[in-house]
Amino acid sequence: MKTFLRLAGLTRPFAWWMLLAALIGFATIGSGIGLLMASAWLITTAALMPALSALQIGITGVRFFGISRGVIRYAERLISHNTTFRILTRLRVWFYDAVEPLAPARLAAYKSADLLKRIVDDIQSLENIYARVLSPPVTAALVTLLMWFVVSHWSTSAAEGVLASQLFAGLAVPLLTTRLAAGTARNITALQGEQQVLAVDMVQGMSELRVFGMVGDYAEKLHEAEVKKLALQKRAAFIEGLHESLTGLAMNGAVIWILFSMVPLVKSGAVNAITLASVVFGVMASFEAFLPLTGSVQNIEADVRAGERLFEIIDAKPEVVPPERPEAFPKSTDIQVRNLAFTYPGSNRAALDGVSFSVPQGARTAIVGPSGAGKSTITSLMVRFWNPAQGEISIGGQTIDKLDPEELRRNIAVVSQRTYLFGQTIRENLLLAAPEATDEQLRNALVMAGLGDLQSRLDDWAGQHGMNLSGGERQRLAVARMILQDAPVIVLDEATANLDALTEQALLETLDHASHGKTVLSITHNLHRMERYDEIVVLYEGKVIEHGSHDELLKAGGFYAGMWRLQHAG
Amino acid sequence: MNIDRNLMRLLAEQKRPFIISAIAGALGAFMLVAQAWVLSGIIENIFRHAPTWATLLPLVGLFALFSTLRVLFGWAGHHEAKVGTLAIRKTLTERLSGTVAALGPSYTRSGQSGRIVTTLLKGVESVDAWFSQYIPQLFLALIIPVVILAAVFPADWLSGVILVVTAPLIPVFMILIGKRASAATEKQWNTMSRMSGHFLDMLQGLSTLKLFAQAKTRRDGIAEASENFRHSTMQVLKIAFLSSLTLELVGTLGTAVVAVSIGVRMLGGHLAFRPGFFALLLVPDFYLTLRQLGTKFHAGMEGVTASKEMHEILDRAKEIPDAGSRELTAGEVSSQPIVLDNLSYKFSGSDKPALDGVNLTIEPGTVTALTGPSGAGKSTLLNLLLRFIEPADGAISLGSRKSREFSLDSWYQEIAWVPQHPFLFNATIRENLLMARRDATQDEIDNALKQAGLLDMVRSLPDGLETMIGEQGARLSGGEAQRLSLARAFLKDAPLLLLDEPTSHTDPILEAQLRKAMTELMRGRTVVMIAHRLESIRSADRIVVLDRGRLVQSGTHDELMTGEGFYREAVFSSMEEAAA
Repeated sequence: MKTFLRLAGLTRPFAWWMLLAALIGFATIGSGIGLLMASAWLITTAALMPALSALQIGITGVRFFGISRGVIRYAERLISHNTTFRILTRLRVWFYDAVEPLAPARLAAYKSADLLKRIVDDIQSLENIYARVLSPPVTAALVTLLMWFVVSHWSTSAAEGVLASQLFAGLAVPLLTTRLAAGTARNITALQGEQQVLAVDMVQGMSELRVFGMVGDYAEKLHEAEVKKLALQKRAAFIEGLHESLTGLAMNGAVIWILFSMVPLVKSGAVNAITLASVVFGVMASFEAFLPLTGSVQNIEADVRAGERLFEIIDAKPEVVPPERPEAFPKSTDIQVRNLAFTYPGSNRAALDGVSFSVPQGARTAIVGPSGAGKSTITSLMVRFWNPAQGEISIGGQTIDKLDPEELRRNIAVVSQRTYLFGQTIRENLLLAAPEATDEQLRNALVMAGLGDLQSRLDDWAGQHGMNLSGGERQRLAVARMILQDAPVIVLDEATANLDALTEQALLETLDHASHGKTVLSITHNLHRMERYDEIVVLYEGKVIEHGSHDELLKAGGFYAGMWRLQHAG
Repeated sequence: MNIDRNLMRLLAEQKRPFIISAIAGALGAFMLVAQAWVLSGIIENIFRHAPTWATLLPLVGLFALFSTLRVLFGWAGHHEAKVGTLAIRKTLTERLSGTVAALGPSYTRSGQSGRIVTTLLKGVESVDAWFSQYIPQLFLALIIPVVILAAVFPADWLSGVILVVTAPLIPVFMILIGKRASAATEKQWNTMSRMSGHFLDMLQGLSTLKLFAQAKTRRDGIAEASENFRHSTMQVLKIAFLSSLTLELVGTLGTAVVAVSIGVRMLGGHLAFRPGFFALLLVPDFYLTLRQLGTKFHAGMEGVTASKEMHEILDRAKEIPDAGSRELTAGEVSSQPIVLDNLSYKFSGSDKPALDGVNLTIEPGTVTALTGPSGAGKSTLLNLLLRFIEPADGAISLGSRKSREFSLDSWYQEIAWVPQHPFLFNATIRENLLMARRDATQDEIDNALKQAGLLDMVRSLPDGLETMIGEQGARLSGGEAQRLSLARAFLKDAPLLLLDEPTSHTDPILEAQLRKAMTELMRGRTVVMIAHRLESIRSADRIVVLDRGRLVQSGTHDELMTGEGFYREAVFSSMEEAAA
């Protein structure tokens, strides 16, 4: 319930739009009621064979409602879709605002594309909260009210019966079906999730399953989950049918009740037969408003579940809170790392365990070690994506948590192993690093990064995740960004890891050239041309185990020397 | 007409529920007519005679009966159709997963695993609407209008004529506007998915945005893109909704015309009250049924698209190679040589063979190292031994029997396989290990872990062997995954070991551990390995050098070093690099 109210609260800015749409929705059904009532009136009146002019009002009514129903319905659909899209925009911005301070530390669990896709789908599914969940009950309530006034005009007792059957259709039936269906939607979703995992395992792990003779077991598991899911869906369909049937019975009950309470009135002459026929038709038409309530009930559970998932994400506390009065970014860029320790949540191995080193301004330091040694964690701590558990990083004598995180990040250019490119133009992807840059600056940066041939393609689409570019081009684009950012500190985090040897070689040259005179921290497991570093820090299982220049370390014959030999022995 | 032949064939397999559904639909249509007839009788009675409730009671009773029956028949019709649909979905899932399983790794590794999974799950769900909504509505659209016309004509033939004349307008308009509208709707769905793609893009790249201190400024971009999307979509919808407006107008105006014509004729005394009233009661349902067919048609569209994807998989069933049924024994594998006779393989769509007439005899109990540049056919050779693919030409034999005479199950029973990138399942470490041998005892598991150098790591985990791994749980590093794969091979303890040597040039300590474990594993087995390290190659009993699908050299290290050729060059160049 709390989740539902919170979700409903999100749509508050559109309350007036929603009300308008609901009113028009009501008018649509009202026209339907009007059409049938006018038709009944017309025919019953005609049966009395009055003058043709007496029928005129009925004919006009029939025509009017016949056209207005279609037209109003058209307006309703436009307005309700428009409102739905507005709500979707709002939900997206709301979620982005809420999630932005949490990234990336609190979103680490949602790194995989599938999970993020589910978040986006959840938000997408919430757009229905208005059209499918909030609006139908409002329309149904308004129709109930209308029928009360119409019918009670002639007979209170008939009106009471109609009210009772509409309350039955609008409250009792939805409550009953909600109770019966409780958990069905949730269990179906859970089974779908289970099937997804099984199917992915089965398809991607097919080779292993075959060799282990277990393909059949997985197919069987998938089949079992399907059978369970289908049983639930059968149940859901049964309940939906029950809902519709009960609504239909409520309608017929209302008709019988009207006859029961109004036939004596006709006999006594208090009400004429024309009225009775019109009322019967009107009541029958009014039940149209109660049919969408089935969907309303079924969507609530799914929406609440989606809401819960979203709130669970955004209710997390941000890892990094910017200081209230940040210090100015220091002029000097001497980097000092003292006794740094860090453990990722949910892990029992320290990623960093008492790491200390320093990079003097303008110097180059390499951090090397096998994958999993904690090297990249240093980058995350340096740009304040995470806070260290212990120890500190300072730049120019200032500890970085005293600085504004955005200011800090503007002064550190990071080129990482996987460059994320947005599904936008190359220009937009470059402007990220320097929003004010002129086209000339962009072109210069491209040329420097060895992407001269992209100069004329600034407006080309980089493709989803930069798919239109090769791996080498993507990394070069990251270098172009680095050049544009023109930050005094450069962090190269496995910048050339996924490239073939030739491309890697060329890119390393470019990087050397572009980072000239800056304070450089290079993280790598690939020991190429290590003599260009002033200092090499060797990390193993989160600890600094060796440090010194390339020659010193080779001479020492320790871990570094072993790594170097491994990589240079074919 | 949205009739997909493949879907029809599936429908034919589940005739019963759908026939019942159609019968229920027909009975419902009769009840609809009966209900209208009784109701018109009641109104006429009240109108003419102003009766007491008691005299009206029998008619009201009939009305209650018919309307209840109508509701029940409607429910039954939908329910039966749903039952049939679910049965079809069950068969479809079974067939699809069966076909995918039989097609095996060569199909699932073809780089479309995402699409296969989507078809397997979402595809089957999206045919639901076609069977459970479109088909029943198609029945209703064939039955209800006919029944209504049959009832209306005797009562008031002119109303019948109006219905017959106006009814074709609905399909005509549907087709005329539907074509434009569906193109427009499709466009809308495309922008819709592009829009949610944009949002997903922003979320995925949030770290990048933060790195450039641009996360806050992009917020307005999301709102703007979303609003632009709203504007363009609304433009499309304005047209798309016109189609339903037109259809609705045909329905309501048709009703209005019938009502006025009945009214005017009654006025002139040309038409009695009851038949006129009866006809009017049936008119809305007449149009509604036809209109709903349009809605359900669109609901079913997705199923037709999904059906194409599904049958693309199902139609591949004929590519599944036949396998024999002979049982292979461990004794045969450890005593007989594996003979590759003129073995060739070609990837579909490629004109160059991946493997070209390879002849090789692998003696039991020996270690054969495959080497050569990338693309030489090493992996293809291993995949042929694994029977993931079938040779285009030539054959693999064990002793005197062709490999395809043996059943796949018994073939795999005798093989342990250590791939370069082992796949770990979304299950516990224990379950991932037990795949190799289901009846392994705790001691055997511990032993295998110890031999693979993984025991300490597993013991240090809070949940130990019960730790979930894979996407849903703790992620193991590449080295740990490789060791887990070695542990599986130790557990399986099969006489033939196929090994793709891991290349991790980063961690000398890990490297040493892996090498030790592998040496241990290879002892006493027939081994075929893709070798990357000079040391592993050198210590093999036989080195096979492949180049562009051909076997170019074969022999021991010493033999190959004496002659000219790829092997000697490769060894020298790697030594040069080491010296540099």
